[in-house]
Amino acid sequence: MADTKEMKKVLFGPILDNNPIALQILGVCSALAVTTKLETALVMSLALTAVTAFSNLFISMIRSQIPSSVRIIVQMTIIASLVIVVDQILKAYSYEISKQLSVFVGLIITNCIVMGRAEAFAMKSPPFISFLDGIGNGLGYSFVLIVIGTIKELFGFGTILGFEILPLIQNGGWYQGNGLLILPFSSFFLIGGLIWFIRTIKPEQVEPKE
Amino acid sequence: MSAKKETLGKTVGVVIAVCLVCSVIVSTAAVSLRSQQEANAKLDKQTNILESAGLLEAGQSKEQIAATYADRVQEKFVDLETGEYVEKDADYDMYKAARNPDESIKPVPDTAGILRRPNVASVYLISNPDGEVTRIVLPINGSGLWNLMYAMLAVDSDGNTVRELVYYDQKETPGLGGEVQNPEWKAKWDGKKLYKNGEVAIDVTKGANANDPYEVDALSGATLTSNGVQNTLDYWLGENGFGPYLKNQPWKS
Repeated sequence: MADTKEMKKVLFGPILDNNPIALQILGVCSALAVTTKLETALVMSLALTAVTAFSNLFISMIRSQIPSSVRIIVQMTIIASLVIVVDQILKAYSYEISKQLSVFVGLIITNCIVMGRAEAFAMKSPPFISFLDGIGNGLGYSFVLIVIGTIKELFGFGTILGFEILPLIQNGGWYQGNGLLILPFSSFFLIGGLIWFIRTIKPEQVEPKE
Repeated sequence: MSAKKETLGKTVGVVIAVCLVCSVIVSTAAVSLRSQQEANAKLDKQTNILESAGLLEAGQSKEQIAATYADRVQEKFVDLETGEYVEKDADYDMYKAARNPDESIKPVPDTAGILRRPNVASVYLISNPDGEVTRIVLPINGSGLWNLMYAMLAVDSDGNTVRELVYYDQKETPGLGGEVQNPEWKAKWDGKKLYKNGEVAIDVTKGANANDPYEVDALSGATLTSNGVQNTLDYWLGENGFGPYLKNQPWKS
């Protein structure tokens, strides 16, 4: 059984030190698409964290049984089943948000973070630590989504989680919403800026010059 | 990876076992949550209808919405050709019927970009507590910039005065075309007139005169969405849409 220090590293390391989006540049497409409002970003983060954690757990539990010739397809089957379950739960208990997330819940199946952790970590590690690794990477993804979602919603719509912070001119206030920020591709600039920021405070993440 | 894992029998066995377990989990989730999901979809539809009926208050519980709906809303089915009521099963869905060639026609010309139009459409009659019909809610759809936009159009019992135009399903650009859901823009529709001398006269246009009962200001930065709204209204209010129904006014008899 892993000691507490290693567990901490597995759980919190992916937030800043080894962030799946900022350092490994995985799972960027959903980060572009669902961050227009903070609420959808939060639900998406939760969904992805749950899927990564449980797919890691189940794959790790049967890792010694999975034949290596078909291991990717077995991993895919487990991930896809979990995503369908999450999608069904969202439709049942959070109908409004599931309508906004539309296809992006289904696309968690193809999110490289889930696949990447299953292949790189869960296939080699015991179940409990794999589960923590899944949560940790989910947290890393959530961290980026929440930062981007907050910036986009605040400066694009003047609200946070639907509460008005900067009153918009259209509603009789003084703030002119930034139209660029409400389009999906503005996340490219924001994620780029975030990576720059993280690498400035953590210079060891900068790749050596070739 | 040891050699014994790689025998054909073991590989097939593991794959089948994984598939069985996964399919059991997925079907359990789908079956056990289905009633909840259907209730959500139904509530969502009732909420949209009540909003266009002007009967929706903020913070209403699910039970209140269902109760108000049962009390004040009556669903009827209209043959669009004749504009008269016809009988249909309570679970008839006009947008599902639009995909069935036996129950729908291909509009020529397809000005609203809907591809197929059902022969029979739903309408929702809103009555006041005395049982008198005060509003008629008409479901309409048409192409916007990105995709089909679905709306509920509420008119007064004169069949001519608009009360609400509620878009409940659209994929327009947030902040631009997506502003069809902006409460301020929606408020502009209240009191507008649809027909002048029997012709569809409502006009979504730039720099509209707010006092002109036939003009509604177009959305700034969303010309194609605004055109989509115009085409949707032209089609559904015209001869091929609810035109005959609104002329016959069978809710009065």
